[in-house]
Amino acid sequence: MIEIKDVTKRYGDTAVVDGVSLTIAPGGVTSIIGANGAGKSTLLSVVSRLTPADGGTVTVDGMDVATTPGDRLARRLAVLRQDNHMSVRLTVRELVAFGRFPHSGGRLTAADHELVDEAIDYFELGDLADRHLDQLSGGQRQRAYVAMVLCQDTDYVLLDEPLNNLDMRHSVQMMRRLRRMADDYGKTVVMVVHDINFASCHSDTIVAMKRGSVIARGTTAEMMTPEVLNAVYDLDIDVHEIGGRRIGVYFS
Amino acid sequence: MTAASSITTPPAATSSSARAARRRRERRVLTALALLAAAAVAGFCLIGLAGNWEYALGIRFRKIATMVVVGVAVAFSSVLFQTVTGNRVLTPGIMGFDQLFVLIQTLVVFLFGALALSSADPRLLFAGQVAVMVFFAVALYRWLFGRRARDLYVLVLAGVVFGTLFGSLSSLASRLINPNDFVVLQDSLFASFNQVDPGLLTLSAVLVAATAVWIARLARRLDVVALGRDHALNLGVDHASVVNRSLVAVAVLVSVSTALVGPITFLGLLVANLARQLTGTFRHGTVLTAAALLSVTVLAGGQLVLERVFTMNTALSVIINFVGGAYFIALLIRESRR
Repeated sequence: MIEIKDVTKRYGDTAVVDGVSLTIAPGGVTSIIGANGAGKSTLLSVVSRLTPADGGTVTVDGMDVATTPGDRLARRLAVLRQDNHMSVRLTVRELVAFGRFPHSGGRLTAADHELVDEAIDYFELGDLADRHLDQLSGGQRQRAYVAMVLCQDTDYVLLDEPLNNLDMRHSVQMMRRLRRMADDYGKTVVMVVHDINFASCHSDTIVAMKRGSVIARGTTAEMMTPEVLNAVYDLDIDVHEIGGRRIGVYFS
Repeated sequence: MTAASSITTPPAATSSSARAARRRRERRVLTALALLAAAAVAGFCLIGLAGNWEYALGIRFRKIATMVVVGVAVAFSSVLFQTVTGNRVLTPGIMGFDQLFVLIQTLVVFLFGALALSSADPRLLFAGQVAVMVFFAVALYRWLFGRRARDLYVLVLAGVVFGTLFGSLSSLASRLINPNDFVVLQDSLFASFNQVDPGLLTLSAVLVAATAVWIARLARRLDVVALGRDHALNLGVDHASVVNRSLVAVAVLVSVSTALVGPITFLGLLVANLARQLTGTFRHGTVLTAAALLSVTVLAGGQLVLERVFTMNTALSVIINFVGGAYFIALLIRESRR
């Protein structure tokens, strides 16, 4: 269970995350939605200890992320941020293999290599495995990064915009994989998503943020209503039920 | 060595065969570099020995020992600095760290006078200077690279400005001290491979060896730190602690090499990048070894060619800085095209 208590993060005088309290139950997929600058990414990076909070605490299964040793946390929680520029030149396989570092300390076992190969195959990176990251397209690179994080094989997986740069087919594949991780392996997936329809089709819980605060949270059915979405995005969004799924239409 | 390392059973899976091929290539490169370095060292010691060879060999041994110590120090400090700052264009030399050490040396003479210095234990004095250097180098780094990632060009500019500033301050201070003190200072500043204090050399060798072992034990964590702060934290590596330790090591190594032979600004840049290119890997165990071997090869081989082939008395650092400077400009241009 992830417990966020009164977390505040300021840049200068503006509170980007303003006293957020939130509990994320173990298991299932949670999507965080909200307009640009709502504080979604900052909240995610505070939860994953990449950014220290100015106030409040975050605990993951009772471990305070600010004080728990990094290597212990790395075996329980994995995170991927949006911007992943690297100055080192790595091949896809080398990058994905880094996901095993918390478990193997850099000396990969045969089992580690198997997991790496499996992740590479799943994301259809087999042909690209020995190519360098800077020779790939944005979407291919994004798949490689997610493969690394999934290779970490943690109970909690936090993803900031995992669908960045992905085409439709790979987006759907990515979401199905995340769904399956939650359903089959009992993992807890928390992600920031911009496309409300992907959030609607693949998550159990949706958390909506606006100006640094959580303004609504609930099951997908509760959240995918014109009233809630209108309040979150300040935009008229029609919600239709198509094939048992709630789809928001906002394009015109 | 190529024959021995290429005779291995072909692995079954493609992924493991690619891995094995990569590792074989790394090993081949390292072996070749080791042989090259050994050849340069042997050549420097043995070629053109004449007359009282016992005496000549003694002098050459001391020179080559200095080169090995300086070579390893420059190579390790540059690779570390590049990893910690996450770029391949900057080195401690370019950021003016060695000029900082010269300034510290000068200020010590300026403040305490040469008499106090010549009566003090040179090793104690050196240890004191290194301590001051560690403090200021870490402070300078924190200030430059602290909060947010800065633009590469701003950093290069800052490095040039700081290098010049420290250099000018040292020359100002050396003009203000009395002429007798100045001679003592000059003696210690314009040291070259030809005239190194044996006591200082031993101390330096011990310091460099200890630092190198310390860093080698960090190698795998450095691999992760090279991915950047966020990835390192995610993978459970204490980024801040690895960076701090690396910086202390860089400061110690820069102090040692500068105290022994003075600033060689671009050597580190050359060997660090060449090592990364030749080995084609991110692994610090391999890159550090390759860089150290290259560094020794360049110093010993360069000095050999300079002394025996061209019978020139020019300082090797002039040539290294010429080649390295050109390479630096090429790197900057390539970086700006990205």
